[in-house]
Amino acid sequence: MFGGIDPALLIAALMVNSVPIMLAATGELVVEKAGVLNLGVEGMMIMGAICGFVTAVVTGNPYLGFVGGALGAMALSAVFGVLTQVLQTNQVATGLALTLFGLGLSSLIGQSYVGIKPPATGDVALGPLADIPFLGVAVFSHDWMVYASIALVAGVWWALKYSRMGLVLRAVGESHEAAHALGYKVTRIRFIAVLFGGALAGLGGAYISLVRVPQWTDGITAGAGWIALAIVVFASWKPWRVLAGAYLFGGISVLQLNLQAAGSAIPVEYLSMAPYLITILVLVIMSSGRGKAALAAPACLGQNFHASR
Amino acid sequence: MKRRTLLATAALGLGLAFGGAAMAQDKTKACFVYVGPIGDGGWTYQHHQGALAVQEAFGDKVEIAFQENVPEGADAERVLTQMALSGCNIIFTTSFGYMDATNAVAAKFPDIKFEHATGYKREHPNVSTYNARFYEGRAVQGHIAGKMTKSNKIGYIASFPIPEVIMGINSYYLHAKKVNPAVELSIVWAFTWFDPAKEADAAKALIDQGVDVIASHTDSTAPLAEAAKTNGAVIGFGQASDMAEYKDGPRVSSIIDNWAPYYIKRVGALMDGTYAQADAWEGIAGGEVEIGEITALVPAEVKAEAEAMRDAIAAGTYHPFTGPINKQDGSPWLAEGVTAPDGDLLGMNFYVEGIVGEIPQ
Repeated sequence: MFGGIDPALLIAALMVNSVPIMLAATGELVVEKAGVLNLGVEGMMIMGAICGFVTAVVTGNPYLGFVGGALGAMALSAVFGVLTQVLQTNQVATGLALTLFGLGLSSLIGQSYVGIKPPATGDVALGPLADIPFLGVAVFSHDWMVYASIALVAGVWWALKYSRMGLVLRAVGESHEAAHALGYKVTRIRFIAVLFGGALAGLGGAYISLVRVPQWTDGITAGAGWIALAIVVFASWKPWRVLAGAYLFGGISVLQLNLQAAGSAIPVEYLSMAPYLITILVLVIMSSGRGKAALAAPACLGQNFHASR
Repeated sequence: MKRRTLLATAALGLGLAFGGAAMAQDKTKACFVYVGPIGDGGWTYQHHQGALAVQEAFGDKVEIAFQENVPEGADAERVLTQMALSGCNIIFTTSFGYMDATNAVAAKFPDIKFEHATGYKREHPNVSTYNARFYEGRAVQGHIAGKMTKSNKIGYIASFPIPEVIMGINSYYLHAKKVNPAVELSIVWAFTWFDPAKEADAAKALIDQGVDVIASHTDSTAPLAEAAKTNGAVIGFGQASDMAEYKDGPRVSSIIDNWAPYYIKRVGALMDGTYAQADAWEGIAGGEVEIGEITALVPAEVKAEAEAMRDAIAAGTYHPFTGPINKQDGSPWLAEGVTAPDGDLLGMNFYVEGIVGEIPQ
């Protein structure tokens, strides 16, 4: 026990808490690596939350729910893809509009789903692993999405770093002119990246409505999408740092609630502020002098591309 | 003037004339500002039920309008101004944080009536305030919590450190302590009225600390959903709304805010010209606070005691804050047999003796 808090339970809560923002941030990382800035993460997450919820309730299968959530958010991201990649709209404005649209549409779809309980997503039976003292409770007693999200981070890291596909994606994000000259289909690659980002945001949203809160209410994501966007910058576009960032942001919010519940004397305001202060601090360090190279923002981030130029 | 422009002008004039006629039909327009979505299943949902009741009571003679998810602060002022300009006759602002915005906008529109829920500022003659004595319901919940806890740890998910919330915490604790002297209260401040994920996390943090009875002062059903995951080990209460969908699970009772009678009364008064500035604060007796059905999880005797307390409060024979009560620092607040004056309650900024922790500033 540490300050009245059981660290195993704290780690367990932290891991669950971080899943939605980690998934959404990983998806957004891929999108931004391809040079597209999609600020509609919040809207895609909440579409994932409601589509996943509806699918799970209708089919009675939580796993299909996650598929439904991913598809729902992907559909919304396709709208963004068509607008920005084909019709060349401004990415920032389109992304913000996507969030507003997603919030409204999800509320409309969810009208008749308020107050319904979704089918439960069971924990993964890890057999003897779950009996290990400390680690069993902290790490090996979760539902499958917790492990899937970590696997996804690893997969994205590997794909970006070692696969040809990742190399092409990064090339498109760094210099779309050069990539185009080499014969890569910039628009198509970016469109696929946007869809991938949408699917992951949708999984994150579905995790909120199916596992973390298990219910549907309007506005259930309550800003998680914005935190995911902050994490991508915080992580300076590196997958493992996304994982660390998600645990940091998720962990601090869990920690401050636990400290309160345990009656700690640390004022909660400081802890609530901490993730944002750290983000600002990281941004300052990264954008100063030598740190700048490490910032590693894709050079074509947020710029539209048209082959005729 | 060309013929086409002439026609257009005439059409415009006609439109204006008819528009004016429609305005003159003096249909009363009642507007509502909500802090969360109607679908929250709690606080905002109940206010909207009240708004719908107004529509039902007066039919064609009133028109209702509302806006959801209005943030407390500068945005609220914009929304209020817009509502005032759009022809609202009476505007209900349904969250504490709208207090200053309500008064500021009321100053600019002296002909429009403003009704602010749970606040205390009436700076202009057209601002009224209304509230419900939620602490009466908290007393009943506290009694049930004290009797039902096995770990002797009970929890409270608080929203913002304002008198209304502190009042609820004190009432809950006092009545739990009265029936179970060993009881300890853990309070988690969520600093939000509506954020289901955070409310669920707060509930989880409390459960991880061994709390087995959770009361919440936030707007969603998320804390009950979190309690439901424990398969009956943890119980909770419906807040603001009955939250009946958790009746076969953790929800053992609830506080139901019933705003309909007040809304109908005020809009009716405005229509028949008897409207006057007011500071309304009804409780169980006035029907504004209702205690939701106590479920079978609660033993019959505890249920009977809780209902007896409810009835005593309704009859006026029992006040939840009856002395002797000391403040947290041990200094006396109420002497033996003295009941708390409303002024003390409305400005409450201290915990009662026995609660651990500090109120965040």
